[in-house]
Amino acid sequence: MAYSEKVIDHYENPRNVGSFGKEEQGVGTGLVGAPACGDVMKLQIKVSPEGVIEDAKFKTFGCGSAIASSSLVTEWVKGKTLDEAAAIKNTEIAQHLALPPVKIHCSVLAEDAIKAAIADYKKNTGQGE
Amino acid sequence: MTAVTKTNNSEQHSLHHPIYLDYQATTPCDPRVVEAMLPYFTEKFGNPHSRNHAYGWEAEAAVEKAREQVAAIIGADPKEVIFTSGATESNNLALKGVAHFYREKKDHIITVVTEHKCVLDSCRHLEQEGFKVTYLPVKQNGLIDLDELRAAITDRTVLVSVMAVNNEIGVIQPLAEIGKLCREKGVFFHTDAAQAVGKMPLDVNAMNIDLMSISGHKLYGPKGIGALYVRRRPRVRLTALITGGGQERGMRSGTLATPLCVGLGEACAIAQAEMGAETERLRMLRDRMLKGITDRLPEVYLNGDLEQRVPGNLNISFAFVEGEGLMMGIKDLAVSSGSACTSASLEPSYVLRALGVDIEMAHTSLRLGLGRFTTEAEIDYAVDHIVEAVSRLREMSPLWEMAQAGIDLKSIEWAEH
Repeated sequence: MAYSEKVIDHYENPRNVGSFGKEEQGVGTGLVGAPACGDVMKLQIKVSPEGVIEDAKFKTFGCGSAIASSSLVTEWVKGKTLDEAAAIKNTEIAQHLALPPVKIHCSVLAEDAIKAAIADYKKNTGQGE
Repeated sequence: MTAVTKTNNSEQHSLHHPIYLDYQATTPCDPRVVEAMLPYFTEKFGNPHSRNHAYGWEAEAAVEKAREQVAAIIGADPKEVIFTSGATESNNLALKGVAHFYREKKDHIITVVTEHKCVLDSCRHLEQEGFKVTYLPVKQNGLIDLDELRAAITDRTVLVSVMAVNNEIGVIQPLAEIGKLCREKGVFFHTDAAQAVGKMPLDVNAMNIDLMSISGHKLYGPKGIGALYVRRRPRVRLTALITGGGQERGMRSGTLATPLCVGLGEACAIAQAEMGAETERLRMLRDRMLKGITDRLPEVYLNGDLEQRVPGNLNISFAFVEGEGLMMGIKDLAVSSGSACTSASLEPSYVLRALGVDIEMAHTSLRLGLGRFTTEAEIDYAVDHIVEAVSRLREMSPLWEMAQAGIDLKSIEWAEH
């Protein structure tokens, strides 16, 4: 499997790896994928009282493309409102990282992770839809 | 050239990157093998089947010497060795050839779920033709249960095909016991020995083996050549797949590739002479690698039996780290993985699944293959590299984080996709 330079860069220098402390306020956590499928992503967002994503962190079990997709979205969601973040499409992720067709599911998982994190944040703050 | 430059060159040469640890996929040709082959490309180019002149006689003598060398390493008579294009052809010929020849009387074949794809696929084709095939399961250590084999044999069974050494996990099946049982029951015993020849002592008579597939490029010989051992007493007959000039006792037509035959013969001779010492050397390196990894990393699991195993193979699951992601982190090492992501099918290794390895653990496996040119320095470098990459990826793994927090991953309802 030949990886694009951007995938290799994110794999070797992943951005925002980690987890927020349990005591931190305004955190939403999305956990998507399954170990049996070979990829699991945990994406966390920290949202300001104004509804802007101030910080994001990830941990991923998966191939280089899965790690790169989740690393990339932590960069993209920062500074966005929840609605703006929810509008990020897997096709944009796949295009940016030049993912081959067999790796498209990694970008789909990253999009799912954003949506799951936002839903968790809303649930935690009583804004459930 | 200065002395300093020489030192630098030799150092660079001693740790060639990426380090090759995939000896079950293929092996480099031994330089001694290449040297033996070279004259048969140029000045000794004759057709070994030409009976009318010295060019033909010279080539024929070389081919017959190679046949003796191949026969010697498995305790066979040279007349019982047929050259083929490789183990895939040998396996096809053994299974389809025997099945087709005896189809009037018998129509049942027994094999094992962990066989190489070319054996399984030959069986699928025979099933489509109306043959019945029993696929024996394996125990958790990768070995078959002899009682299950005994129970599966019927008076319709023509052939039992069980590989000698598994290509993914290196485990050695109980060949002598299987051979004894097959002989008692009057059933032919074929073994795919592509990963076994030159790696462990084999004797077709002591083990009651009737057909044996051999590969050139798995034992430091050239690619594109293999052999099939076909017993003469009691005689095994088979219907040829490739017909034509009737070479190889009519079982495999086509002009023999003299240089490739010579290469396979030389490779067998070298392997036979060096097997004892090489086995000890590889076992020492293998143990050093396994200890180096398990001493420094928790949650590491060896797949397949450690005792009934050729010394050049390790297959290890690194829990909570996905195999393809891991391979990307150890790109200085040429290894292979049981992870789904590395295969076109997106299914993890069927061999590991057959051992009862959890699907999630199958995704975390690496196959580490050691061989003739592996050095201690390479093993130490590989261990450091693997430990470093696994540790880094575990710090990045949500599963590792959850396991460290005492969460049972099996208690979580994962959204499988």
